[in-house]
Amino acid sequence: MTISVAFSKVCRYYDDIKAVDKVDLSIEEGEFFAMLGPSGSGKTTCLRLIAGFEQPTSGHIEIFGETAEGVPPYQRDVNTVFQDYALFPHMNVLDNVGFGLMIRGIPKDERNHEAEKALQMVRLSGYGARRPSELSGGQRQRVAVARAIANKPRVLLLDEPLGALDLKLREQMQDELKELQKTLGITFIFVTHDQGEALSMADRIAVFNNGKIIQIGTPKDIYQRPETQFVANFVGSSNIVAADFAGLSDRKDRLVSLRPESIKQVDSNGREAIVISRSYMGGSTRLNVENNGVRLNMVIQSNTGLPQDGEKILISWDPEQAHLLSNDQ
Amino acid sequence: MISSAIYAPQRSGSVSVFSDYCWRNPRMFLFLLLLPPVLWLGIIYLGSLFSLLLQSFYSIDEFTGLIKHEFTLKTYRELLHPANLDIVVRTVSMAIIVTIAAAIIAFPIAYYAARYARGKWKVFFYLGVMLPLWSSYLVKIYAWKLILAKEGILNWFLAKLHLTWLLESVLSIPIIGGNSLSVSYIGTCLVFLYVWLPFMILPLQAALERVPVKLLEASSDLGSKSQQTFRHVLLPLAMPGLIAGSIFTFSLTLGDYIIPQIIGSSRLFIGQAVYSHQGIAGNIPLAAAFSIVPIIIMAFYLWMAKRQGAFDVL
Amino acid sequence: MYSSNNNRAPMMLKISAATGLLFLHLPILLIFIYAFTTEEKTYQWPPPGFTLKWFAVTWGRSDVWEALGLSVKVASISTVIALVMGTLCAAAVSRSKFFGRETISLLVILPIALPGIITGIALRSAFNLAEIPFSFWTIILGHATFCVVVIYNNAVARFRRISSSLIHASMDLGANGFQTFRYVILPNIATSLLAGGMLAFALSFDEVIVTTFTAGQQTTLPIWMLEELVRPRQRPVTNVVAMVVVLVTFIPILGAYYLTRNDDQIAGHGK
Repeated sequence: MTISVAFSKVCRYYDDIKAVDKVDLSIEEGEFFAMLGPSGSGKTTCLRLIAGFEQPTSGHIEIFGETAEGVPPYQRDVNTVFQDYALFPHMNVLDNVGFGLMIRGIPKDERNHEAEKALQMVRLSGYGARRPSELSGGQRQRVAVARAIANKPRVLLLDEPLGALDLKLREQMQDELKELQKTLGITFIFVTHDQGEALSMADRIAVFNNGKIIQIGTPKDIYQRPETQFVANFVGSSNIVAADFAGLSDRKDRLVSLRPESIKQVDSNGREAIVISRSYMGGSTRLNVENNGVRLNMVIQSNTGLPQDGEKILISWDPEQAHLLSNDQ
Repeated sequence: MISSAIYAPQRSGSVSVFSDYCWRNPRMFLFLLLLPPVLWLGIIYLGSLFSLLLQSFYSIDEFTGLIKHEFTLKTYRELLHPANLDIVVRTVSMAIIVTIAAAIIAFPIAYYAARYARGKWKVFFYLGVMLPLWSSYLVKIYAWKLILAKEGILNWFLAKLHLTWLLESVLSIPIIGGNSLSVSYIGTCLVFLYVWLPFMILPLQAALERVPVKLLEASSDLGSKSQQTFRHVLLPLAMPGLIAGSIFTFSLTLGDYIIPQIIGSSRLFIGQAVYSHQGIAGNIPLAAAFSIVPIIIMAFYLWMAKRQGAFDVL
Repeated sequence: MYSSNNNRAPMMLKISAATGLLFLHLPILLIFIYAFTTEEKTYQWPPPGFTLKWFAVTWGRSDVWEALGLSVKVASISTVIALVMGTLCAAAVSRSKFFGRETISLLVILPIALPGIITGIALRSAFNLAEIPFSFWTIILGHATFCVVVIYNNAVARFRRISSSLIHASMDLGANGFQTFRYVILPNIATSLLAGGMLAFALSFDEVIVTTFTAGQQTTLPIWMLEELVRPRQRPVTNVVAMVVVLVTFIPILGAYYLTRNDDQIAGHGK
């Protein structure tokens, strides 16, 4: 496999602020890669470093094996879908999409043909003559994607592209983007603060915090085996408890993460727990219970008989499901 | 579908080499952007101001009438001559009167335009101020020459109303009066007021646009009479606009030499003094020293205005 | 004043606002009437009769045409220089934060903030010191200097509205700095530059105070007008020229208004 983007010890400082701090990263060609983290965690800065809008303070970036430092954005085989879409207000949709081809001197007919093809891919054929201001948010988002892919980049960068859309549209666009990535077969690097989005779309996720990558792995890895307390809490929710409490008695000094759905209600051979509160969530119900002075969140199916507040129930989990966390935050 | 050679970015030509250079050296690019305007304004404008300052420290030889290129304060001493001080006092008083009058007349227009005018009335008010503002300065003065002429419309109008006696009694007041309006200070003041009024309205309107209507309602809810609302709420909030406008009216009046030359008495204003000293007398040092006066007054005025936050509405 | 009749202006306010506007416009209207008067020697009101004769006389006056031609030339060249300088300055000031930014803004505004006579005498004394003879080009030097601010004010507002992601998007799509300027920045600032250019033209076309100091034997239209004001030769011709000048200056003002009417700040505040 070719490596499309590689970071080695990349730092980006603004005066005293370490926006990106010694990041190592290697993204394979054709991968759908998500950069996940809270705002200010450095994920967007990393994206801008790849696009070329920012230069690293130190460290080294390679894009398809070529040094990226000092290469202007317009010479990189990389295109970006901007968070605010950044459509050119003075051009119609077709000219927006054909902009990159126009700059490369592609004749008008061919350019329009290619642009129309890109619009088709995002299911906006026939919208070419409109102005960006005449489109809805979702349509603008599609135009932004079409404009970026019309350039046939080897890497597509997406900066929180779904952030401004409402929930229904967001879910639909997630599927479409995933599909588009499969069709094009190019690398997608996707920045988001929404862990659900990252889990459902990405082949691999890098979780960012305070300018550093905390963990890189497949969505399954990240969710099931969070390495730190931060990841355990940021990706999904977690019960952070002492290792010996969870049943791993040989690792007394460490904490573990126990996912709420790993805790089951059982009829016998369980630990006694008191139900403190319940929240009904449709298909499932979240319970907050207390066992030996430790509060735990657990999820049970709503169609089983629901325990009442204050009721004593028996709970149990497989100690294998408890995942040891490193001592770092 | 992976990129083909056709779509590879172009990387040739001196233009793109220069573009790459600018991209890699943003400071240098900024420097190159600023270089022409800063050189232009720096050399031509600041250079000229500096040479003006320099010349004010030269003096003129009384016998030969030539400029002596030696540093001296003699010219500034000459400036303190009572006749010259008179000119300064006269000009500054005129500027103050014009500014106050402009503020009074501008306020209702600006307030109405900001608070009540909507839609096409807003445009009407806007253009209603803009067109006189940008109309030719000399034509505006000319219009007043027509109005104030003895045989002109104003006298005709007053005669029709049998008010000629009123004009005559006003003109008989010493200092501000004169043979006719067009050779009196009243006439000069009227023309100054007319020509600079739009410069007061625009910033005042901008400041008043920012006063939230809620604030005025709150004040009247709290039982203020409209006079009190005006005095304690509206006026303080309009102050930055008034000051910004007054910078224009004040500065423009201080530096004008054409209006008092065409409409007014033969007594000089600073602008006329500068013009005549450099022109007929060839006394550039004294003209330079004279023109330092409005610079100092304006510098002080701008400093005060900045402290009041007047620049936010410019 | 009670809140319920809040959106209706008090009568006194209406009357004083209307009076103020009339005060601004009546003198200009008067110019239009005088252009048709038959009276030649005085400014008699009401005009004894009306005629179109003086339009024909003015049309045949070569001194008026020469002055007009010179003014148009001066205003055009000054506007072009100011467009370049003002746009460069606006681009630098609005796109990046740097030390001395405030100083640059001040430098641009100064020629118009200080009384015109100061700009005039300063330029004249500098030309004297440097022994530069007065010419067409010395007029241009002065005019371009105070026109920069008009372009700058218009352009800086529009530059600020172009979000940086738009420029990034252009570069991201392969456009270098010049292409980005040509295809993205310029189309977005074009109307404000046109508006600023019109206003700068109007400003230069009408300027007299600085010009009297920087012109040698050249007579621009305002200088011609000034001479007529000080020593009237043929009053009816002056009347006609005055009216035409007013009409001509209306065009750029209305044009600039039309071009920038959707901006937060409409062009023309910075005269």
